[in-house]
Amino acid sequence: MVVAIVSTVVVFTAIGWVVTHAPGWPLVQRSFFDAEEFRDALPDSIARLRINVQLFVIAEALILVFGLVLAVMRSLPGPVFFPIRLMAVAYVDLFRALPGVLVIFILGFGVPGLRLEGVPKDPFVWAVVALTLTYSAYVSEVYRAGIESVHPSQEAAARSLGLSRFQALRFVIVPQAVRRVIPPLLNDFIGLQKDTVLVSFVGVVEVFRTAQIKQSAHFNFTPYLATALIFIVVTIPLARLTDWLVARDRRSQLRGGVR
Amino acid sequence: MTGPNPARNPAPNPGPNPALRIEGVHKSFGRLEVLRGVNLEVAEHEVVCLIGASGSGKSTLLRCINLLEPIDAGQIVVAGQEITAPDADVDAIRRRIGIVFQAFNLFPHMSVLGNITLAPIRVLKRSRADAEVAATALLERFGLADKRGDYPDRLSGGQQQRLAIIRALAMEPDLLLLDEVTSALDPELVAEVLEIIRELAGQGMTMVIATHEMGFARDIADRVCFLDGGAILEEGPPARIFGSPQEPRTRQFLARIVAAGRL
Repeated sequence: MVVAIVSTVVVFTAIGWVVTHAPGWPLVQRSFFDAEEFRDALPDSIARLRINVQLFVIAEALILVFGLVLAVMRSLPGPVFFPIRLMAVAYVDLFRALPGVLVIFILGFGVPGLRLEGVPKDPFVWAVVALTLTYSAYVSEVYRAGIESVHPSQEAAARSLGLSRFQALRFVIVPQAVRRVIPPLLNDFIGLQKDTVLVSFVGVVEVFRTAQIKQSAHFNFTPYLATALIFIVVTIPLARLTDWLVARDRRSQLRGGVR
Repeated sequence: MTGPNPARNPAPNPGPNPALRIEGVHKSFGRLEVLRGVNLEVAEHEVVCLIGASGSGKSTLLRCINLLEPIDAGQIVVAGQEITAPDADVDAIRRRIGIVFQAFNLFPHMSVLGNITLAPIRVLKRSRADAEVAATALLERFGLADKRGDYPDRLSGGQQQRLAIIRALAMEPDLLLLDEVTSALDPELVAEVLEIIRELAGQGMTMVIATHEMGFARDIADRVCFLDGGAILEEGPPARIFGSPQEPRTRQFLARIVAAGRL
């Protein structure tokens, strides 16, 4: 323990000394780590983070529902449901193939540009729609993996009690599937949290756009570093929570044995 | 070898409307033919035990009766209704036929009470309160009342299988299928499960039981069917099947069981 602490301090001090004594360091420090710029940028950026959080929360709620609908559509058995399965597969293939930023541009600029009656012109709305469409494709695959991981004997038990196919999914399979995929879902949401900055491209002034405005005004990159810090602070707890849930699952599986 | 079980009436005669009638049932998985023309009639209140080596088709036959596997040919009639007809209401039929599996197949995300009440609430549309009262009564009857709030993984194997039987009974089935229900249990837990089945037999439950417990089959069955190669090779009262089997294959099978110390 003591050795670990000492060696860690020594190594990091040495790295710090080498970096700050490199010939280009003063230039780097002025451009990226300017204390005054940092103090100026951080409060505004944090205030603007509100937009990203709103975007994230609304999109996440929609994605959780839409992704599950897609996964269930794709899990419906039998020839009658073939068209439904085909639709779900086509959708997932399409939106996993498209770069998210492309969808954001097409919807964020394209749809308001049509000037259709009754269609919202707020780029924020289209940003939510674009992220939901894109991420639902990924999330539905996570759900589907969960649904397929539930042993067929569970469906047999449910059906043998007289539950319909849909009731078996609703009460027996999906609840078990969702429990199993919470860690990978959180992983996707870490991605979503970061991708909320993409909507700055269609004119939503959120945390990244705020930093961009300041950067071009003062020709200093410190506001970006402030934004980076914000994302690190917000994302790491979610990442640790995911790790903890995975570890807890593994422990309960080891203890519980065959379920 | 003992005579007929004194606790039960002599084998009832299947009447014009037997509880279950199986005619010429064939079932293949790919190129493997598992059932090659099974014929069987089970009267109301009758207990029929299916015995035979692993792979002889016992489990598949039970799964076909519950429509968990579609059959390739033949027909299955339950209480006068042909359940294998193309327009049969599968969910309605399954409601009346309970099945208990070798591996329990309990719902791990639900409590003991939740496992029992799911189908009565969702399928029979009982109120939650009514379903819970009925479930609690069953739990008390079978000695699991103190477990009602626990999750299945907290129960012993024997308790889990008793719960699976209770879950099937909560639907008040006319016919109960038991698929090697003690095969996954530690030897010391087998008795508590067999005890429940014995009690159900005593109350007149119509049952078809696939089992490797020959002593149990001899005690409880009104009739024993020996399956071999996907068909019933020999059937009759337990005393005759175990005492003086006619078919060489039956004799061979029972000799192996005796040699293994299981009869």
